[in-house]
Amino acid sequence: MTMDGWMGKVLRLDLTASAASVEDLDREIAEQYIGGIGLGTRYLYDEVDPAVDALDAANKLVLATGPLTGTGAPGANRYMLLTKSPLTGGIANSSAAGDFACAIKYAGFDVIIVEGAAERPVFVFIDDGRVSFHDASELWGLDTEQTEQAVIAATAPDAKVNCIGPAGEKLVRYACVMNDMGRAAGRSGVGAVMGSKRLKAIAVRGTGGVTIADGERFMDAVRRCYEALTDPYVEHFHKHGTPGVLELVNTYGALPTKNFQYGTNPQHEDISGERLAETLSVRTRMGMACPACPVACGRVSRVGAGETATYGVGPEYETIGMFGSSCYTNDLEAVTRANFICNQAGMDTITTGGSIACAMEMYERGLIPEADIGFPLPFGDGEALVRLTDMIARREGFGDLLAEGGYRMAEHYGHPEYSMGVKKQEFASYECRAIQSMALAYATEPRGACHIRGEAQDYAIYSVLHWHITKDRGIEEPLDPLTLDEQPEMVMELQDWFRIIDSGGLCNFMFYLGMDEDQLRDLIESATGIDMGGYPGLMRTGARIFNLEVLFNRRAGITAAADTLPPRMLQEPLPDGPAKGYVAELGRMLPPYYTARGWDEHGDLTPQKAAELGLQLAAGT
Amino acid sequence: MNKVLAIDIGKCTGCHVCELMCSFRHHGEFNPRRARIHTTVFLHDEIAVPVVCSQCEDAWCERICPSGAISTVVMPETGARVVQVDEDLCVGCKMCVLACPFGNIQVGAAGCAEKCDLCGGDPVCVQFCPRGALRFVEAEDREVEKRQKLAQALAGSYRESE
Repeated sequence: MTMDGWMGKVLRLDLTASAASVEDLDREIAEQYIGGIGLGTRYLYDEVDPAVDALDAANKLVLATGPLTGTGAPGANRYMLLTKSPLTGGIANSSAAGDFACAIKYAGFDVIIVEGAAERPVFVFIDDGRVSFHDASELWGLDTEQTEQAVIAATAPDAKVNCIGPAGEKLVRYACVMNDMGRAAGRSGVGAVMGSKRLKAIAVRGTGGVTIADGERFMDAVRRCYEALTDPYVEHFHKHGTPGVLELVNTYGALPTKNFQYGTNPQHEDISGERLAETLSVRTRMGMACPACPVACGRVSRVGAGETATYGVGPEYETIGMFGSSCYTNDLEAVTRANFICNQAGMDTITTGGSIACAMEMYERGLIPEADIGFPLPFGDGEALVRLTDMIARREGFGDLLAEGGYRMAEHYGHPEYSMGVKKQEFASYECRAIQSMALAYATEPRGACHIRGEAQDYAIYSVLHWHITKDRGIEEPLDPLTLDEQPEMVMELQDWFRIIDSGGLCNFMFYLGMDEDQLRDLIESATGIDMGGYPGLMRTGARIFNLEVLFNRRAGITAAADTLPPRMLQEPLPDGPAKGYVAELGRMLPPYYTARGWDEHGDLTPQKAAELGLQLAAGT
Repeated sequence: MNKVLAIDIGKCTGCHVCELMCSFRHHGEFNPRRARIHTTVFLHDEIAVPVVCSQCEDAWCERICPSGAISTVVMPETGARVVQVDEDLCVGCKMCVLACPFGNIQVGAAGCAEKCDLCGGDPVCVQFCPRGALRFVEAEDREVEKRQKLAQALAGSYRESE
């Protein structure tokens, strides 16, 4: 049967046997789970025993595009990597944009499932329907940029590549997967799983196209979406990218400072997006936009001068928040150097920065002996930050311990309470005592602390008020980030709504900047020919996906007890800024959140709710 | 009145939306390979360059076509000159592909010559170009604009030397 939007094929790569096979995409499952995070979660849930060690050959890597990936809809350029996380022990889903994502579709596939493990390093070349396995011994040890260039040279000039760097090879628990010279599927250690399979890279060359069920309706929808993205703020985002928000976050007292001891940073101006634009940012167009993106938010920076100058992609807001403010270096050059090391080694900048900030606080409190580290590690030491980042990537000395993540390092010294994260994954660059919705979102997100699977910051501090979540409640003014009213329901709806964005294959910035639920539904329905059942149906699909992620976690042994925050957030009042005196009121938000979700008091899905969501397969789990 | 497709390389971000929209309009699928406009990205130089048929005044593809499938027509509304392919007459001999010095005509899967036809006078690539790198403008305006840009640069260097 021919399909529109979807390509209708799943490619299975067995690394143990160096064999590839092609299966039909089950249309019924595709309609229930759409693509990306939804479809990927379903495959992971069906095929991987959640009890396996994440770095065992029995774990699998699922690469899932959405039905909109590769079309001309704004920001329809993403794929999702799903696996069991070596950092959290639960579900990992990490997304990246770029030509690589679109190439999977053009090669004829919606999903690629990587299973088993190779004996020696390999890379795989998918040339439309032809799949070949290649020795990658010569590439082992190369950084991500070198790897991408070498794989393109060895395959085809128009091949698109994702790969791991040395951090993934050395199984750093938060190694990422890079593609298209600087895009990252950043969080939860997907790169370490790729490394454990000795899979250095996947190259894809696709010459096919994506068809659309109702072209006229689709193009009408696409036009309305582009029109929704003409706000002046789009221009600001184009110029400054994500770092442009740092000043605002600091104004709300939500800028993590010294490992989340404070929410404001007196030296915030030294690390602002505006300062970055004036100093290190050399090229704002970044060479450049992701496919079909009207914004082009990325940028290239330069550190050093003359012949020793180095160029790279970034830094993004999150990176500056962690390396710059949480580690308190307040030095964009040190931030950018550490960022470049992460890009080249293939390592998540958020968890790297969060882990180092944790080590800095413990060093200052005398909980980590200097002899263990080999040098002083106070807050603000940019040189130590850069040095330690490199040591983590190589798993050298103290870096070997930090490569396990901040939580395991802090636990090693008997003080896990200094690790600022959830489910052993570090917080993003938002202080959740100052944004109460964020506290609930951090605590309940299945992949651990995260700022992009349900952007609780958007309506709280960024004045994003054009979604049903706020519109249907008559909320017309930015919501007080310290209020708890309706937060449990709103955070739940955010999480479910973002599942649809991440299933369709779109960039969530398009929605932050102007698009809404109805436009996305219009795009998915006209592209695939399905009827999602209006806004309620769209949200039910989102809830189905979210609950399946939670079910994976429950089977992996992660109970509702893990839906918590570090004691600092729950007990220590924030000492500064507009949220001074506040703690994260998780205890007041969590029970109504569980009720809204249709879960029992233990945080487990009730059979009635499971049936309502069409999750019959989950019964008895 | 003679409208042309004008390209401002300085504004192109390499998002390829022109290719996607072009392929969908002409072939009913989103497939950059089948587009009639192509943007090459030079990542390390931070430059993206869209390349498309310039609708030559004396089109070599038209001159060489042995079956008379290629002809130049003037759009009544816009005055745009379009060198276009009559699919019924095209035999897929590929002489036009050999003759075009710019690689802007190709023979596709259907066995027919394919090239930019300015979408009949309202190019879809221009409609969707998010940063104004592609515009459909009067040829003369474009030249005047270019002359003024050069004059501005010269004035700038003159002032600097004063």
